[in-house]
Amino acid sequence: MTDMNVPDTLLAAREAVATKQISAVELTRATLARIEKNDPTIKAFNSLAVERALQQAALVDDGQRTGPLAGVPIALKDNLCTNWGTTTCSSKMLANFRAPYDAHVVQKLEQAGAVFLGKTNLDEFAMGSSTENSAFGATRNPWDTARVPGGSSGGSAAAVAAGLCCGAIGSDTGGSIRQPAALCGVVGLKPTYGLVSRWGLVAFASSLDQIGPLTWTVSDCAALLNVLVGPDRRDSTCIDQPAPDYLAQLNQPIKGLRLGVAKEFSAAQGIDPRVQAAVNQAIQQYQAMGAELVDISLPHTDYGIAAYYVIAPCEASSNLARYDGVHFGHRTAHAVDDIVELFSRSRAEGFGEEVKRRIMIGTYALSSGYYDAYYNRALKVRRLIKQDFDQAFGRCDAIICPTSPTPAFAIGERTSDPLSMYLADTFTVTCNIAGICGISLPCGFTDGPRPLPIGLQLLGPAFGESTILRAARMYEQATDWHRRRPAGQSQVAREG
Amino acid sequence: MNGKQTKITLEQVRHVGQLARLALDEDVLQRLTPQLESILDYIAKLNQLEVDHVEPMAHAVAMTNVLREDVVEPSLALEEVLRNAPATDGPFFKVPKVLGEDDSAG
Repeated sequence: MTDMNVPDTLLAAREAVATKQISAVELTRATLARIEKNDPTIKAFNSLAVERALQQAALVDDGQRTGPLAGVPIALKDNLCTNWGTTTCSSKMLANFRAPYDAHVVQKLEQAGAVFLGKTNLDEFAMGSSTENSAFGATRNPWDTARVPGGSSGGSAAAVAAGLCCGAIGSDTGGSIRQPAALCGVVGLKPTYGLVSRWGLVAFASSLDQIGPLTWTVSDCAALLNVLVGPDRRDSTCIDQPAPDYLAQLNQPIKGLRLGVAKEFSAAQGIDPRVQAAVNQAIQQYQAMGAELVDISLPHTDYGIAAYYVIAPCEASSNLARYDGVHFGHRTAHAVDDIVELFSRSRAEGFGEEVKRRIMIGTYALSSGYYDAYYNRALKVRRLIKQDFDQAFGRCDAIICPTSPTPAFAIGERTSDPLSMYLADTFTVTCNIAGICGISLPCGFTDGPRPLPIGLQLLGPAFGESTILRAARMYEQATDWHRRRPAGQSQVAREG
Repeated sequence: MNGKQTKITLEQVRHVGQLARLALDEDVLQRLTPQLESILDYIAKLNQLEVDHVEPMAHAVAMTNVLREDVVEPSLALEEVLRNAPATDGPFFKVPKVLGEDDSAG
C-alpha cells in the first residue's frame, strides 16, 4: 500500500486490518511516518509511544489482540492517565508525571485492540478554547497553520484532521471536544454526564467533565463511543446500565425527526455570518430530508457562560488543590522557610497563567461570605438551564445550532482578553451545565484560498446519543463535507 | 450591563492568592486584578435572575451516596505511590518543617 491508500478513518482502518489488506504494524508505521513528517508543523502530540505502539500492533497481527478496534491507531488527550509514558496535562506542573495506572477508557480501548500512538496537546489542565494555553506550545490547525485548532482537545482534533491517527479521545468540560472538532472539520461527541467513566481522567471540573471521541465520520464516532461507554464503579457518577450498540442503529434514519431551533441561539451576538449561513443551509437540508422544525425557547442560554465561569473555576480550584509539590508534580527549587511557602511557590511556578486565573476566580467565589452569591447562585441557574432543556426536549428530538460562533481564529488573536476566549463556548457550555449530550459535525467551509471548516451542533437529551448520532448520520450521508481533507492530504473519494 | 458592578482591589487579589496557595509576583497581581474584575463583572449578570425558590443543582445525575461493601481491596504498591514524589525518605513523603517557630502552641 502506498501512503495515499493508508486509511485515515477508523472503520476503514479496522476493515483493512481485519481483511489483511494491511497489517496492523504497517498501518501503525504509516501513521507514525505521517506524524514524523507533519507533526513538527502541527504539534498535535506531546509525546509518542512508538515502540509500544509497534508492539501492540504486532500482537494484533499475531492474533493475540482482538476486538472491535484491533490494530486501529488512536491518539489520547494528555490528561488521560496511562501507565506508560507521561501524563502532563500540558502543564509544567506534571511535565514528568508518570501515572501509576491506566484510565478506565484507556483500559477499555486497550481491551478493544486499539494501538495507542501517543498523547495529544491540550490547553493546560483542559482550560481554554485554543490549545494556546499549553506549557509546551500551541497546536496548529491543519487547515491553516496560522490558526488555532480550538481547544481544549485541540491536539486530538488536529491529529485526526491531519491524518495522524484514525480516531482520538478528548474531554469536554464546556465544549472542549465539540469546539475543536468544529474548528478542525471533524466529528466530536460529548456524551451525557454519567455515560463514560472519568476514572483516570485528570479532574478539571468534576460536575461537567466528560470523555468522548473525535473522528472523521459519524460512523467512526459511534464505533469509538461503543468502546468508551459502560459502567465503572470507580466513577460513582457513571450509570450502571448497559449502553446500546450505537453503530448497529446508526443507519436507521429517524422518520419525522423533530429539530428544535432555539431563538436564543439565533439571536446570540458575535455569530460569524458564514457560520450562520452554513447552519441555515444544514437546517434546510434536514427539512429536505423530511425533518420538522420546531421553534423552541431556551430562555436562560444567555446566562450559560456566566454560570459556567463560576461552577468550573470553583470546582477547578478545589480539584487543583492536590498539586502541592509534595505527593507528585513540580516542586520549587527555591529555599523555603515553611510548608506553606513550599506549596505556594511550587504552585505559582508549576501552573500557567490561565490555570492561575481560574483558580483565583474559584477561590474568590468560594471564599468566606461569597459562596451564596456565586457558587450557590450558579447552581440554581444551572437548574434553570436544565429545565429549559427538559421543556425543549418535550417538543423536539434534538436541537440544532452552530458549535462555535466563528471558524478557527488566528493564533494570538484572543490571548490578551480572557473573556473573549470564554465567549467561544457560547453554544457548547449549556450542554455540560445540563449534563446532556452533543455532537459537532462539519457542515461547510469558508471561501478563500485556505477554507476553514464550520461545525454544526446537535444537542440531545440525557442518554440521547443514539438519536443525535443517527440524526448526524442522516446529514452526513447527504453531504460531502466529511470527505474533504486539508491541503496536501489525499481527499477521500465518494463511497471510498 | 451599564458600568462596573464589581470592584476588586489589588489587596483582595493578594489575599485570594494567599488562600489559593499561589505565590504571585507583583506584576502578576497587577495584571490579574483588572482581568478578575472584568470576569466577575460579567458573572454578575447572574444577579439579574430571580432564584430564591430554585433548588441548587450540584450535577446532572440524580444520586446521593454511592456505597460499596466495606471490604479491603488491593491498592497501589508503596513504590508506585512514591514514584512521582519530588522528595521521599524511606516510606514517607519528605517536606520542610510544617510548624514555624511561633506555632509551638499549635
